[in-house]
Amino acid sequence: MAPAVASNCVTLMNDLPLDSGQVLSGVEIAFETYGELNADKSNAVLIFHALTMDQYVASPHPITGKPGWWVDSVGPGKVIDTDRFHVICANVIGSCMGSTGPASPASDGQPYGMRFPVITIRDMVRAQIALLDQMEIGQLYCVIGGSMGGMQALSLAANFPERTARVLAIATTARHSAQNIAFHEVGRQAIMADPNWREGDYYGEEPPAAGLAVARMAAHITYLSEEGLTEKFGRRLQDRDAKSFGFDADFQVESYLRYQGSGFTQRFDANSYLYITRAMDYFDLAEEHGGRLADAFANSKARFCVISFDSDWLYPTAESRHIVHALNAAGAAVSFVELSAPHGHDSFLLDVPAQDRVIKGFLE
Amino acid sequence: MSQLRPDLEVIAHNIAPGSRVLDIGCGDGSLLAELVKRHDVDARGLEIDPVLVERCVARGLSVVQGDADSDLADYPDRGFDYAILSQTLQTAARPDRMLEDLLRVGRRAFVSFPNFAHWRTRSALMFGGRMPVTRALPVSWYETENIHHATIRDFHDLIGKMGVQIEQSWYFNGGQGISPLGANWRAEFAVFLLSR
Repeated sequence: MAPAVASNCVTLMNDLPLDSGQVLSGVEIAFETYGELNADKSNAVLIFHALTMDQYVASPHPITGKPGWWVDSVGPGKVIDTDRFHVICANVIGSCMGSTGPASPASDGQPYGMRFPVITIRDMVRAQIALLDQMEIGQLYCVIGGSMGGMQALSLAANFPERTARVLAIATTARHSAQNIAFHEVGRQAIMADPNWREGDYYGEEPPAAGLAVARMAAHITYLSEEGLTEKFGRRLQDRDAKSFGFDADFQVESYLRYQGSGFTQRFDANSYLYITRAMDYFDLAEEHGGRLADAFANSKARFCVISFDSDWLYPTAESRHIVHALNAAGAAVSFVELSAPHGHDSFLLDVPAQDRVIKGFLE
Repeated sequence: MSQLRPDLEVIAHNIAPGSRVLDIGCGDGSLLAELVKRHDVDARGLEIDPVLVERCVARGLSVVQGDADSDLADYPDRGFDYAILSQTLQTAARPDRMLEDLLRVGRRAFVSFPNFAHWRTRSALMFGGRMPVTRALPVSWYETENIHHATIRDFHDLIGKMGVQIEQSWYFNGGQGISPLGANWRAEFAVFLLSR
């Protein structure tokens, strides 16, 4: 993996207390900003990224050179208009794009590896609140996140209710289900079964790329709908007229997944994948608040907007309804819509005009 | 002030400023938007059609996509000063249960519905021998969402059986308010303000 390049990076002045009881010192947070912060600092929008994304929400990725992951929605004149908003997106702790994670040096100068503490979604949010504190930004205009980003948005609303006026949570959940955990465990086991993983102590050596690629392949299936896969690939063969009667990537879908898997290993650290998936699996917002999800939102005066997609089977609409039910019970101002899109969980990243209209309206 | 349907105008006129309001089947949010503008209410909506929800959100309203038949159960007891059900009762799977839910989530409820005993409806059935297609009920029997037509008298009977109070009632014909006299013959629509 190439060394991460971050254009903006701050070191948190204070130690970061973690849910595990451990404390991280000298935490670095890498982030990108777009658009000007106004004089009274009232136009800041914090976008939380998903599991394998990063702070490059609307600018090219420094390793792959690919456009920002939400460049269709974030930019001048776009739905999240950077002529109007000061958009901030920070790399989560535990990740590998400049914020402190398992590949970062510990106090002995050696990479943490598995010595890195297990973190939670709330820990990721705490780190970004600390970043906002150092930026002297009090209340955000809105927090926005899809998937794991949505978990952070909900966590911020629950744990730091005074820090945002609006919460937009897309294709997300308030807790990881058994099925969600199961898929993540497949990925983690694939990484840990790779002989190059070596208990996470592989920095400076050959990384467990094969394991990480398999983890990505398994996860990638969960981001797409069956309909989407069928439409994109069907049973079509890859660059051949007949089946090979071997174990090459005969089918286009196999070739696609292998490509996705190997591409991912160029830009992502296997240990980061372990830590971030663990954080997601531990996420249960109700559990953090005495077992009742409505209580998590009891102190929130923010307006909420929850969006789900009918083809998303990773975090299906029922999970969003569960969140909306709790927000209603807490008396919060909530909007909810299930949008129709064929692309599965990844729909939130793709061109869905109805999503644009809802986001635009919500940000008015 | 924008032009509201007459039944909605009555509702808008009779809601206390600053109250908490849930509009069930809120459509594109016209009533809620007007209530916010006129009375600064804390407005919430429930609407089944995602395109209409989208429009509501785009006008800054807090509206949840959902089915009133099943999703009203998700709302806490007495969370609202008013629950509004305009022209939706006749589409409910169980109107009686929906009314119960309405008076559970709201301290008071506004209910408006088309009166199936209006003379036009009666005469369409009596002389035409067909399900009425009238000004008040413009959709043919095979495409209408109205599955539980009721008359003003039917409504009174049900309300009485449920032990619900009628605080006020309004009747309309041809877009005009009319007297309660002979309303079951003369009114196309009725609006009731209910409480327990």
